[in-house]
Amino acid sequence: MQRIGDAPAVRRLLVGAAVLLAGLFLLLPLVAIFAQAFSQGVGVFWSNISDRYALAAIGLTLLIATLTIPICLTFGVALAWLVTRFEFPGRRLLQTLIDIPFAVSPVVAGLIYLLLYGRNGWIGGWLDAHDIQLMFAWPGILMVTVFVTSPFVARELIPLMQAQGSREEEAAVTLGAPGWTIFRRVTLPNIRWALLYGVVLTNARAVGEFGAVSVVSGAIRGQTMTLPLHLEQLYQDYNAVGAFASAALLALIALFTLAAKAGLEWRTARQEVTP
Amino acid sequence: MSALALPLPRRRVLPGFGLSLGISLTFVSLVLLLPMTGLVGQLKGLSLAEYWAIISDGRVVASYTVTIGAAALAALANAAFGLLLAWVLVRYDFPGKRLLDALMDLPFALPTAVAGITLATLYAGNGWVGGLLEPLGLKVAYTWVGIALAMAFTSIPFVVRTVQPVLEDLPPEVDEAAMTLGASDATGFRRVILPYLWPALVTGTGLAFVRSLGEFGAIIFIAGNAPFETEITALMIFVKLQEYDYAGASAIASVVLAVSLALLLAINVWQGHFIKRLHGGRG
Amino acid sequence: MTLDPRFPRTLLAIALGAGLAAPAAAAERELLNSSYDIARELFAAVNPEFIAHWQESEGEDVAIQQSHGGSSAQARAILQGLRADVVTYNQVTDVQVLADDGLVAEDWQQQLPNNASPYYSTTAFLVRKGNPKGIESWDDLDDEGVEIVFPNPKTSGNGRYTYLAAWGFADNQFDGDEARIQDFMGDFLSNVVVFDTGGRGATTSFIERGIGDVLISFESEVNNIRGEYGSDDYEVIVPPVSILAEFPVAVVEPNAERNGTEALAQAYVEYLYSEEAQRQLAGFNYRVHDETVAEEFAEQFPETELLRVEDVFGGWDAAMDTHFGSGGQLDQLQRR
Repeated sequence: MQRIGDAPAVRRLLVGAAVLLAGLFLLLPLVAIFAQAFSQGVGVFWSNISDRYALAAIGLTLLIATLTIPICLTFGVALAWLVTRFEFPGRRLLQTLIDIPFAVSPVVAGLIYLLLYGRNGWIGGWLDAHDIQLMFAWPGILMVTVFVTSPFVARELIPLMQAQGSREEEAAVTLGAPGWTIFRRVTLPNIRWALLYGVVLTNARAVGEFGAVSVVSGAIRGQTMTLPLHLEQLYQDYNAVGAFASAALLALIALFTLAAKAGLEWRTARQEVTP
Repeated sequence: MSALALPLPRRRVLPGFGLSLGISLTFVSLVLLLPMTGLVGQLKGLSLAEYWAIISDGRVVASYTVTIGAAALAALANAAFGLLLAWVLVRYDFPGKRLLDALMDLPFALPTAVAGITLATLYAGNGWVGGLLEPLGLKVAYTWVGIALAMAFTSIPFVVRTVQPVLEDLPPEVDEAAMTLGASDATGFRRVILPYLWPALVTGTGLAFVRSLGEFGAIIFIAGNAPFETEITALMIFVKLQEYDYAGASAIASVVLAVSLALLLAINVWQGHFIKRLHGGRG
Repeated sequence: MTLDPRFPRTLLAIALGAGLAAPAAAAERELLNSSYDIARELFAAVNPEFIAHWQESEGEDVAIQQSHGGSSAQARAILQGLRADVVTYNQVTDVQVLADDGLVAEDWQQQLPNNASPYYSTTAFLVRKGNPKGIESWDDLDDEGVEIVFPNPKTSGNGRYTYLAAWGFADNQFDGDEARIQDFMGDFLSNVVVFDTGGRGATTSFIERGIGDVLISFESEVNNIRGEYGSDDYEVIVPPVSILAEFPVAVVEPNAERNGTEALAQAYVEYLYSEEAQRQLAGFNYRVHDETVAEEFAEQFPETELLRVEDVFGGWDAAMDTHFGSGGQLDQLQRR
């Protein structure tokens, strides 16, 4: 069947324009990162990412990401279950509230945590008196990272769980299955790809967050510097090649994220065709 | 997001209400709402007149203009570019399509600081792209065009990823209807297909706009930060912080926050409304 | 999602290794030095020397951690609970903020020689090869067509020094005639093409992006840049009149007390006055007070009249209020 825009000329024009623009706008920056990172050879690249501070930054970044994911996962699943499976007053409000991190500029996100948990904040004062340090240590970085990444899993799950409805689960209830079994056997298989997708997005943001983390980090070299902060410091030290070496690492994580996501989408598509 | 496509089950047939409510409320209160009290606490220290003086200061107002202007330009450019990309990805098969599709999410996956230094390097007068544009009299880095560019880069996936699924679900009858009308491609697209895509396009563009309002990391490297010309509102907040002026920073932040939340809420409500109508029409 | 059962333990190991300072594992005492942005190379060179010095005199191994950032942001972090033992800043006001909050002794400027500033510098120019615009002093900078790069005085201490130096020069030149000073400052500020948020950002704009005819920064910094990027492409101009930039140091007493590092912290800031440290500082193009060292490096530092903030502006508090506060002189000059 002939559809709109199927004429070969139109088609060639549009595909050409799209590929050209995407190449210039999206692919070129990616190429530039690696070109800069390797501009002085592989040896320099390697020594840049294997120095003491770079390794500490990589370690901290991985730690934050691995701790953020389970927290956001638990919250995301609970919230999605709540708003798609039950009707209660304030449901719509709750759904808008989880968008707060999207509306808050990351620098402000860091600031509000600092104002609350910093030495002069009302919780921070108490913590300081009891010698508990959250800000300017990894727990603070974790807290703001959880804040900025909290909507991703829920945002992925809610539309899907809404569309799927709850008939299967209700049937399981009538058969007398206990709650956890229903979730594990009925719900989870239906949402697992969306769930993983949410995790992939959460991970990408957790690894790359800059603005919020920079406010609460304290920038102690080798201790509270994440990879994006480390990158910025190298850039500031005229070590553009070193900065782009870190950037290349982060870009690699980004590419891995994209590949994982593409893979998940492909599996989802197959799942839909052959249920 | 808030689509009420299917009727919700009758009250609490399913287990887990208490648990999921408990987790959700605890999280929302502790992680999202409690820190907001810090912001409110700072604002309480200001009188209304002081608050107004801060947020209506000439330089701050100029930064609103720059931010909103650049974000609007970025959002509009993304609406066109995003629509083109979504269309090409859904309608045509061509070599490298999967790659192009995966590339669409790059701006979300790439940390903003990385995007910032890379764009600044590329578009500066001696960069790969800037070097080509500068002889033509087109300056990008350190002008507000650069700000718009960084905003467009970080927010393009919003448009593509909202329009794409709607275009995929577009029933073939829609095309047929347009074809039988004997309309040309352009007219058919404008009269028949665009109305279907409209809600998704507006939603995506709106989300892109909101995201651009708060962006800092990617922009700061490529903006010239000249007062009244290339200062963005996020920088004004940053400046206040450097002056130990938490109240001032909170005041400006509250303006951005209020505008962003209002826009998000409007998008949510509008979208829910539209989808209901769409489903009503189809069902 | 199934997790490897060993996973949590691995995680804990990473946590202890990277995140925490792991007090049990690290037996040696640690000192945290909160410093300004462009001092990373400096302290990376000085710290090992101090560690060796301490080992020699006290027989104890210590470690020194560094935190660098915009000087104001660094002080703010300490106000909000960053446990730094000592501060080494490029702004008197940023130490004063800590003193006002009781974190640094009230009379900190009297506790160490030279207003607690072991080294000093001034504001100088970096121009492109051959100095095509013929820039020799501040009065060449308000000419039409001169493009200037220096960091934003609102966000950068470095930028504030530049602003105050230009004002101080005009104040001298025009005998305190306020209208003419403001005229000069208005022209000077409107020649700025990029206001980066920090000193290093400004350098990147000038060097890497090729923007502007002149970069204004600390004398130490412009010399280091010239060393880094080649003496053939850039020239350093030290104007005949400029400002005295002090680099104050202090012990953050409550933190040092809490960390049990009072003596160590005190020894560290005092060490910066020692001859060997002064020699290292001079090597990084800072001007020093030690007479022997100052003589050794004399030809590196041209004679120049250094104005004091206290004399021209009546102290930092007054300068901050009059010039950099909201609605202050700077805001008015940039209003149009």
